Amino acid sequence: MKVENHVTLEFPSRSANEGFIRTAAACFAAQLDPTLEEVNDIKTAVSEAVTNAIVHAYPDTLGKIAVKLRIRENHTLEIVVKDWGVGIADIDQARTPLFTTGSEERSGMGFTIMESFMDTLKVRSAPGKGTTVTMARKIARRAGR
Amino acid sequence: MPVICKEEGRGLRALVEGELDHHGARAVMEALDRGIDAARPRELTLDLKGLSFTDSSGIAVLLRAHRRMSQVQGGLRVVNTPAQADKVFQAAGLGRIIQFE
Repeated sequence: MKVENHVTLEFPSRSANEGFIRTAAACFAAQLDPTLEEVNDIKTAVSEAVTNAIVHAYPDTLGKIAVKLRIRENHTLEIVVKDWGVGIADIDQARTPLFTTGSEERSGMGFTIMESFMDTLKVRSAPGKGTTVTMARKIARRAGR
Repeated sequence: MPVICKEEGRGLRALVEGELDHHGARAVMEALDRGIDAARPRELTLDLKGLSFTDSSGIAVLLRAHRRMSQVQGGLRVVNTPAQADKVFQAAGLGRIIQFE
């Protein structure tokens, strides 16, 4: 599927960046004319994926995170969140609701939220090499627009 | 991420405002802990009217508040939940554990 527009954001794994990145994703998605609910779903899913990378990929150090936002030709927003951190040994376990290796601020519901707010979610990871989360959401074309 | 705690009789009302994410969650939890420890309320009312965004960090905050209030034999109710936050909480099934009004 052709990419009609794209942007890449690179930043260090500082939690202060979480707010900016989800807001940037929402602004980029605006060209698809989403509803407020669709914008909020995108912000929430991006916040989860970026927070996972910040908390889990680089537990004791700062590392690079890249967020790629792409608009595909069928009115779909694709979001890729990539890190080069510790990786996930057991992806199925990581996606299980309430499972977390994080501290008390984490609920273990990050992947569950991403799955319920986006149409598709793919996780690729290798221990020691990093993790790539790819998710997509088709934005409905609204009549009269 | 401001949290304003007000004692109301034997209860405590806490207003959580702004965007709640992993970056600010610990500060919110600590503010609620301090409020609960100081007031030992029978009931904690979390007023989320001013919560403009939350991700799953908000789930962790609510579960902790629920646990802390259980420890002091008190109740928790959550009021004025905005639509975005409500969708996150219901996706996690929080409605089965926590009283939303």
